[in-house]
Amino acid sequence: MTAALEIVDVVKTYPGEPPVVALDTVSLRVDQGEMVGIVGPSGSGKTTLLHIIGTLDRPTSGEVLLAGVATANMSDRQLSAVRSQLLGFVFQQFFLLDGMTALDNVANGLLYRGVAPSQRRKEAAEALERVGLGNRMHHVPSKLSGGERQRVAIARAIVNRPAIVLADEPTGNLDTKSGVAVMDLVRDLHSEGNTVIIITHDRELASSLPRRISMRDGRVESDERDVQVETEMAAS
Amino acid sequence: MTVAVAPTLAPTRSRLRPGDVLRVGSLGLRSRRLRTSLSTLGVAIGIAAMVGVLGLSASSQADLNSKIKALGTNLLEVAPGQGFGRGTGTLPDTAVAMTGRIGPVTAVSSLTTVTATVRRTDQIDVGITNGIGVFAADPGLLDTLHAKLADGKFLDAATAQYPAVVLGATAAQKLGITSVGDGLRVYIADKWFDVIGIMQPVAAAPGLDRAAVVGLVTAETYIVGAAIAPATIYVRTADGATDAVSGVLASTINPATPEEVQVSRPSDALAAQQAASTAFTSLFLGLGAVALLVGGIGIANVMVIAVIERRTEIGLRRALGATKAHIRRQFLTEAVLLAGAGGLVGVVLGAIVTAIYANTQHWQVVIPPVAILGGLVAAVIIGGIAGLYPAARAARLPPTEALRSN
Repeated sequence: MTAALEIVDVVKTYPGEPPVVALDTVSLRVDQGEMVGIVGPSGSGKTTLLHIIGTLDRPTSGEVLLAGVATANMSDRQLSAVRSQLLGFVFQQFFLLDGMTALDNVANGLLYRGVAPSQRRKEAAEALERVGLGNRMHHVPSKLSGGERQRVAIARAIVNRPAIVLADEPTGNLDTKSGVAVMDLVRDLHSEGNTVIIITHDRELASSLPRRISMRDGRVESDERDVQVETEMAAS
Repeated sequence: MTVAVAPTLAPTRSRLRPGDVLRVGSLGLRSRRLRTSLSTLGVAIGIAAMVGVLGLSASSQADLNSKIKALGTNLLEVAPGQGFGRGTGTLPDTAVAMTGRIGPVTAVSSLTTVTATVRRTDQIDVGITNGIGVFAADPGLLDTLHAKLADGKFLDAATAQYPAVVLGATAAQKLGITSVGDGLRVYIADKWFDVIGIMQPVAAAPGLDRAAVVGLVTAETYIVGAAIAPATIYVRTADGATDAVSGVLASTINPATPEEVQVSRPSDALAAQQAASTAFTSLFLGLGAVALLVGGIGIANVMVIAVIERRTEIGLRRALGATKAHIRRQFLTEAVLLAGAGGLVGVVLGAIVTAIYANTQHWQVVIPPVAILGGLVAAVIIGGIAGLYPAARAARLPPTEALRSN
């Protein structure tokens, strides 16, 4: 199995007196097609880990490989290219742009790959159909419910067919019902073969994932696979 | 959705199409219309002031140019020297004949004031002059001055000896005469004179507009009763010979005391007027530049605020794969579009102001292309400079900080 993500001995310290060690020698491997939850209380280093996996931040030391591509010596510009082509982000606050329709927001997922506008829209429309919002394409975000907004954000994250979808507390701003619907959608994406990494402090959400990596004080506390969930998901 | 296939090679670089730069750069403007229009105002006023000043100055110059052209720079005016001990107030009787003998002189005519009043009828009190003066002239005057008639005819060899009169434009208006009719007469110095013509305003000799012009012989015979010495002579020369003629005129007309002859060129006064107006132009251009500068600072200010407000948008775009250069380009484009829109509004505003003012002055409307182009270019440059710092600041923002939830 090819590794979608491999991180080796990653350390992240923030300067200060004394320096803050946010990540302390973290190593992990996520295979292609896996669905992984990274859980832990606030301050456990999970957000820092997400930023480093997402190449939004650089580790102090250690190596991050995305789909086999080593990122340690990349320039800022090359890292941007990695994000535009290998990664899809889903944020707790959705981060949709108010001035444009759902369709254009999703099309933005292809903006920095130099894809022509008509092609961007075509693929965005497909992605919106995929998340069940084919009838909301021309709505602006302010006319959508929270759950719909997050689904638009998910469509944006998958429109570039990324190697990894990174979701940071995707249900954190949603009511229970919308949260369940969003998680169902994420599970569907996973079952289609997408690699999904979900960062959450929600133990309940985490318990529904086939693999859970628990963080505490910048270290990986445990990495467990739930065979029961795995078989359930495979059966469904 | 198909399964993502892990590429084995390092990814190609992020890229943003030129058309998308424009689309992304105008997004902030389109979604905040009120702020956009308010912040373009400063630049618009600055550019409008500059275009207006350049347009008005060009229009007034064009007007003066056309006046000078109508006048001709080859026209000279000869008058008796003025001042203490300087002659009799008239030129020698032989002045016109002598001037005519100068080679490059193409036309020469005299014009002399005659003391008399012009009245519509003999019933009108002699004190009511309407400010109209009576002048004696020879039939060539009209051609020498390049003057035109509004109606009727000018004096000719015949009518210059009879009680006939040609009225200046203002004089005709004051007398209530709009056209030359059969048997239309005015009362000059206790005699009836036939009105044979009405002149259009004369650029070369504005005094003629308030004049009643009669023939020289007529004036001598019917009004003065004696020979009249010429007071002013108009001389038209061949092109390029004006200065040479000007140099010899005084000694030709009055060889004994040339200092009693004063030679001037009417077009010089207009040329001086033209030069004077450029001084005002630079002053107002300076004021326009100050307004432009203030407008530029306003745009820089608005852009700094936009960068702070749109922190998460910057973070999101970085997560979607935008490079620092893409972010910088986005905000720089926004600033340039903002200022460019101001420039466009300013050029239109300036042109409208010019057109309105020039029309009230009966000038032809001239808006120099360099003012339009210069206005737009200046606005774009101002926008670029104003956007530099905010754009750099947006590009420098680390993505993790930009995405941090509030």
